[in-house]
Amino acid sequence: MSLGHAFKVMAFRNVGKVRAINRRYANPRLIMSPATRWALLGLRLYLFSLVGLLAYKFITLVVH
Amino acid sequence: MNWITKLYYQARRVWKAISVYLIIAGPGLVVMVADNDAGGITTYAATGAKYGYNLIWFLVILGPVAYYVQEMTVRLGAVTKRGHAEAIFDGFGAFWGWFSLLDLILVDWLTLVTEFIGMTAALKIFGIPGWLTVTVVCSLMGFMVINGRYWTWEKLSLMFCALNLIYIPAAFLVHPSVKDIIGHGIIPNFPGGFNGELFFFLMANIGTTIAPWMLFFQQSSVVDKGLKEKDILFGKLDTVIGAVATVVVAVFIVIVTGTVLNGVDIDDAAQASKLLMQTHHYAGEFMAIGLFDAGLLGAICISLASSWAFGEIFGWAHSLNNKIKEAPWFYLNYFITLISAGLVVLIPGAPLVLITLFVQVVAVTLLPAALVFLILLLNDKTTMGEYANTLTNNIINGGIVAIIIVLSTLYGVSTLFPNLFG
Repeated sequence: MSLGHAFKVMAFRNVGKVRAINRRYANPRLIMSPATRWALLGLRLYLFSLVGLLAYKFITLVVH
Repeated sequence: MNWITKLYYQARRVWKAISVYLIIAGPGLVVMVADNDAGGITTYAATGAKYGYNLIWFLVILGPVAYYVQEMTVRLGAVTKRGHAEAIFDGFGAFWGWFSLLDLILVDWLTLVTEFIGMTAALKIFGIPGWLTVTVVCSLMGFMVINGRYWTWEKLSLMFCALNLIYIPAAFLVHPSVKDIIGHGIIPNFPGGFNGELFFFLMANIGTTIAPWMLFFQQSSVVDKGLKEKDILFGKLDTVIGAVATVVVAVFIVIVTGTVLNGVDIDDAAQASKLLMQTHHYAGEFMAIGLFDAGLLGAICISLASSWAFGEIFGWAHSLNNKIKEAPWFYLNYFITLISAGLVVLIPGAPLVLITLFVQVVAVTLLPAALVFLILLLNDKTTMGEYANTLTNNIINGGIVAIIIVLSTLYGVSTLFPNLFG
């Protein structure tokens, strides 16, 4: 078996594994109470603004 | 005669409790002492040099803060028998799971690079070239894990934790004024008034106290060690002792640099060691040895945090009690993370300063998420039962987590925009 073939087999196996993980954890086990929903929404907004800041910094660095 | 019998049984009970503690001790102590990693030592050295003894009170406050956060991972690990990464996947679904896992891998790898930067800089002071440091460190860390026993790994790590106390004799060597330490350090004060620079230092100290890898590491370590619900009390005690040790080390570093280098701007701990050596040779050498040890401890824990997390999610065997043949992916992940981080430091002209700054920024994208998940998981009464957070727990831990999120975010943002706070 060539190295390329072995790599292909490994890549396919890992993609299959990732899909299996996604299926296994498709539904969060924790009960989504209003507090939990708000916490997760806040977290999404927080991360969105932080990534926005990082992008802004990156663009200003590139422009200057 | 009766009192002798009572005393004998009392002594036996105490000895039994100590014996049980010594068996259970490890995860809390190791993670807390490793919290004073190469980046932490630099922060404390710079704090002491800049503000003398004036911020010792702040470091003392950070002890309980670190304890309250880390204690939650003990309960979660002991009750669920799952690592933090797996708990997030299970509790919040694949999206948040992947986000946490990939962010953790990135933060851990970058932090590992900074540990190697610290270790190579420390040993360069003794004339040891970087390539030799990286080779020896990778070999030593390989030796620690390949014997296939968690117990051996943990006891060796505890030995390196003990070496972290080298800053205590270093402080005695520089003859600090106890009167000044008590007078300036114990009563809360803001030297020079509350300004942008002081705020940056306070945030940096908080940033080094709680790091994302610590949450993942301690929970996985509790699981790998096999702690059960009945061991939680001792697990908490272990974390308390670790928190005290981490504060003691931090305070003594501040005492060393606050005594000898007061008013000097320090960029890194290796620079502090060299400056110390000009007037107090042994104190400077102790500082360098401590920096190397701190980097090594950090590297020991961080590389494992990633491998444990990957193993939990991909379903690989992921225990230090497994031999390499039994858990090949776990060890492969461990060695790839370790060796690649070590090699980066050896690349001529590698942007090491940029990497150090980038760590702070990327860490704040993971820390708030990990802390929020931790609080929510600890409130899941179905799984946690009697070990779920009480109202008091939630008030204390929720408050601490909110403050950490705000300050660590400001720290990350101020790293991106240095002139933000004047």
